[in-house]
Amino acid sequence: MAEHDEGLDRSWWCSCAELGWTTLLVPDALGGGSVSGSGLLDLAVTAEVIGQHVAPGPFIPVNSLITAIVESPRREQYRALLDAFIDGTAVGTWAAHEPANEWAPTRPRTRARRDGDRFRLTGVKDRVEYGAQADHFLVGAELDGRLAQFVVPAGIPGLAIEPVWSLDLTRPFATVALHGVVVPASAMVTPPETALAAVERQCQIQLVLQAAETAGATQAVFDQTLRWVFDRYAFGRPLASYQAIKHRMGDAVTQINAMHATVRGAVDAVEERTSVADRLARVASIFTHTHAAEVIQECVQFHGGIGVTWEHDLHLYLRRVTVNRAHYGTPEELRRSLCLSLAV
Amino acid sequence: MPYPVTAVENCEEDVESFRQRARVWLKAEMPLRDQYAGKERSSDDRWARDRQLQATLFSGGFAGICYPREYGGQGLSFAHQLAFTEESLSYEMPILLNLPSLAICLPTILELGTEDQRRRHIPAALRGEAVYVEFLSEPHSGSDLAGALTSAEADGPNWVINGSKIWTSSAFAGDYAMCLARTDWNVPKHRGLTMFIIPVDHPGVTVRRIRQVNGNSEFCEEFLDDVVVGPESVLGEVNGGWAVAGHRFYYSRTALGGGNPYVSGDHDESVAQSRGITVGGSRDLAELTRELGLTDALPEAVVDALVMETVRDQLARRITGGIKSGALPLEAASMMRLFHAQTDWACVDAGLRVAGGYAATGRPGARVDPGRFGEAYLFRQATSLGGGSTEMALNIISERVLRMPRESALDVNVPFREVRRGRCADD
Repeated sequence: MAEHDEGLDRSWWCSCAELGWTTLLVPDALGGGSVSGSGLLDLAVTAEVIGQHVAPGPFIPVNSLITAIVESPRREQYRALLDAFIDGTAVGTWAAHEPANEWAPTRPRTRARRDGDRFRLTGVKDRVEYGAQADHFLVGAELDGRLAQFVVPAGIPGLAIEPVWSLDLTRPFATVALHGVVVPASAMVTPPETALAAVERQCQIQLVLQAAETAGATQAVFDQTLRWVFDRYAFGRPLASYQAIKHRMGDAVTQINAMHATVRGAVDAVEERTSVADRLARVASIFTHTHAAEVIQECVQFHGGIGVTWEHDLHLYLRRVTVNRAHYGTPEELRRSLCLSLAV
Repeated sequence: MPYPVTAVENCEEDVESFRQRARVWLKAEMPLRDQYAGKERSSDDRWARDRQLQATLFSGGFAGICYPREYGGQGLSFAHQLAFTEESLSYEMPILLNLPSLAICLPTILELGTEDQRRRHIPAALRGEAVYVEFLSEPHSGSDLAGALTSAEADGPNWVINGSKIWTSSAFAGDYAMCLARTDWNVPKHRGLTMFIIPVDHPGVTVRRIRQVNGNSEFCEEFLDDVVVGPESVLGEVNGGWAVAGHRFYYSRTALGGGNPYVSGDHDESVAQSRGITVGGSRDLAELTRELGLTDALPEAVVDALVMETVRDQLARRITGGIKSGALPLEAASMMRLFHAQTDWACVDAGLRVAGGYAATGRPGARVDPGRFGEAYLFRQATSLGGGSTEMALNIISERVLRMPRESALDVNVPFREVRRGRCADD
């Protein structure tokens, strides 16, 4: 999969869609639904399993675009597109980052200008997950000084897509430039009146799913490391018998339980749209992405030299977690945003 | 060890109507809380006041929400207790009585005590008439609790207790103490212990207060000289004291980490008080930032502390839920204990950073004095020592939760009297 030319195996993605990976955030009336009654919880559990297996696939990007449609006052106009995302025949992604270090999805520099009854979009989005594979992009832009979101199809004139290197071997990224791309009025999936709330919701869902995936990946690394310290002997006794290692494993398992716990807390709040949903989603992401890589690096340490070789799978997990840490707000960026929003 | 379920899960009144009733009652009967004013009172005054507040709760029908009705409680669920706590946050509450009295000692008595012991101790405690403390650690053994040297010798039906205890929270304010003593020196250490309930003012008991680095003196040491108690003071089985201790560990870990249904009122404040901590939580930190005029943005250290507090509470829900469902062993509660200490460290460190230069001198006239945060920093490690050190917690987590090999111990399968207790002359 890592060396697949296209970066995405579409028939495989359709089989993921068949498993329900794309329906859980969609209300029954729009052709979705969930088994447990909490679609986000089911989705978070799925994200965790994806993390455990470092599985590829545009899971978070597609669900972000689906969120934008489901939250839209114009959702009925997007039924056909939504159906295509649900059955996996179309792949979409949220072009959320712009070329700068700051994570600011509500303040894009990409511009939308009215052009008759159409819109003309100009700007650059970078670090777009599955950017070279996606059929549709969710693009945030400034329109008359306010935020709005558009759905832009791939292949439209003026859209230039450049794949970029990715630290995660199974998760491709691209730069997407919009050189005066002209879209019809119907492309405005999120009008300015609902845009802040919609982007906020997309962020919350993205943060909890990403944190769930990271927690799953960290758990998998920990589990295999726990087996390893029992199997590996040094000075005639298993590594697991050394207190220096026991205490660090005790610390690690506590951190991992805390990650699962904070993901669950955030999932419940976001699902129920409580007043603290935004804060708890950020807390979950900050906590998880501050500690996951630390735990994995500890596990690399316990593995010894093999842990820093290409041959061992550990690096695949470390790649995934490091990429998750970097995207949709680093812990540092999210912490700064809480400093401002919680100021007394 | 099974999950100790003593809280009643089924009850007649639904949580919301209980909450409404509590809200009305609290407004009418309980004084409003002034977090900082209360701290000016002397320790003795605060204990007297909290006993009085407990009596008020009792007469209003809001004491011992999760205790069974036959012992003076309300027979309601943890959800009712949580609702009451939420409603109570703006009022003065008998916080000092939570730890260890109402949340650790009395639940253990409820669980393992005889009918007579339950009737004798629980209603009085719920009325605010009796306060319970714990005589556990000893000068010779801190975290190695089962290595207790205090002895109880049988004398006919009675027991004669001799020894000394230390690091007892608020013994000076207690009426009764749960005291761990050795009743058989010829068996391995865990099998020769018995738990007693003894009156603190009993002849032969001497209590001395210990001054802490932050100036408080919540901790005590006790000397027990020929303290004679009757057979009714044995809690659980003779030589079964370690099992009793196991139950109190569970309540203590959940009381510290969150998830203990017998804590009523502000949880953080209860823990802080039991530790003799004066300031520290994110609420205090927010007050400090206001005091210092840092109003544009919260300092990052404060947000880190807030993140830790949030996750600490979420972890407590996960662990207590996991233990209850059987997905996690009882000892998983040690993860809460560990995380609690890490959270306190984050808060204390944030306090020192935010207080800045004023940590050293304080600021005269400040409502929230930055000097208190400097002082709190001196006391930082208390949180990872009290109630069993974090090193012990890490042993428990790795050995009991992860099933990693146990540390080799030279005192396990030998009669306790043969265990070496210090460096010998020939070493």
